[in-house]
Amino acid sequence: MRREIPLIITFVCGITMIVQFFIPHEPFGSMKSYFQQSYMIIAAFAMILGICNLTKLHVNKIRYKRPHWGYSIVLLAGLAGMTIPGLFVGAIKEGGIFDFLFKNVHVPMQSTMFSLLAFFVASASYRAFRARTLDAALLLVAGFIVMLGRAPIGDAMTSFLPEGGQMSDVANWIMAVPNTAGQRAIMMGAGLGVVATSLRVILGIERSYLGGD
Amino acid sequence: MSLELFGTWLAALLTLCIFSFLYKDNPFYKFAEHLFVGVSAGYWLCYNYWNMVKPNLIDNLEAHNWEYLLPLILSAFMLMRLIPKVGWLSRWAIAFMIGSGAGLMIITYLQSNFLEQIKSTLVSLDPTGLPWYVVLNSFLIFVGVVSGLVYFFFSKAHTGVTGGVARVGVVFLMVCFGASFGYTVMARISLLIGRMYFLLHDWLGLV
Repeated sequence: MRREIPLIITFVCGITMIVQFFIPHEPFGSMKSYFQQSYMIIAAFAMILGICNLTKLHVNKIRYKRPHWGYSIVLLAGLAGMTIPGLFVGAIKEGGIFDFLFKNVHVPMQSTMFSLLAFFVASASYRAFRARTLDAALLLVAGFIVMLGRAPIGDAMTSFLPEGGQMSDVANWIMAVPNTAGQRAIMMGAGLGVVATSLRVILGIERSYLGGD
Repeated sequence: MSLELFGTWLAALLTLCIFSFLYKDNPFYKFAEHLFVGVSAGYWLCYNYWNMVKPNLIDNLEAHNWEYLLPLILSAFMLMRLIPKVGWLSRWAIAFMIGSGAGLMIITYLQSNFLEQIKSTLVSLDPTGLPWYVVLNSFLIFVGVVSGLVYFFFSKAHTGVTGGVARVGVVFLMVCFGASFGYTVMARISLLIGRMYFLLHDWLGLV
């Protein structure tokens, strides 16, 4: 029963969501929003579960004085520092402690973390991008044009060309035509893949999400 | 020191701590990394509470909409994962999410990723009243989408005509990957410029 009941729940929920699309009348009509709300609630609790797990892991690290346990104190302090004001002290209103931490700690660190990738992507691409084949050369040239086309230097280099033929125009064309075509082919393939996998899940053929034993 | 100035200094020091990783892994980076994980987890916890749990669950239960007891019970089951003896109950909550997610995705993906994409690709190539380059671009998109799909069709060997069409598909896909790569790099670089501007303008006031 530990596996059968989840399979029944999956089947009933999946079929209900499909049926409500084709029969937009009661009781199915209102089921979509109910299921979507329930989904959001459970997903939020899944995140709470993850945070509980994170807390447990770092509390144990501190308790047993594992290597670098001091950083776990920093992590837990950050978690508490954000959660306590966010949930209890003044909630998430502008000008509060939560807002201060969000603007001066969370946002700067997040954008700096992502900006670090600029260096790593540049060094990785320097090593990986060798125009050994036609395909690799196409990838390299397209990437190069889009990068130059998004910076002022690109247009400065091609300023002698007529309007419509400058680097930014070529970059825009690449984004609008070959990139759109490729993205669409990928999206359609992925869309069909999602439909096939979803059907397998609803019909109980795909059960890996239930885990072991 | 005003609160705003303190915030700027705090943000600048944390930014420098993270940038110190460019030299090598060090205690300053580790400090900022752990703080970031903790603060992010706290932020998303609060965000989920105020935007998901409160309006969808608590407000509904306060309004005596008792049908919302079911997601409450399933949410409690989800947390049972923390207690190994009854951890299997979390499968019920996961099954609900997977089932309703799969049902919803069949409909939305068929509509947005499949039918809408076909509709946008199959545009009229009638040149009347349209500039030539618009017609040419529409034709190129059509060729790119069809050949790209042929490349992803693995039930037939990529030889002969199929192979030729798939080859055209590879060309489009390579340009697409290159463009996506360039776009991503530029997005990261604009973030980097933003951080540099913050350090040099907001913090040091040099520019």
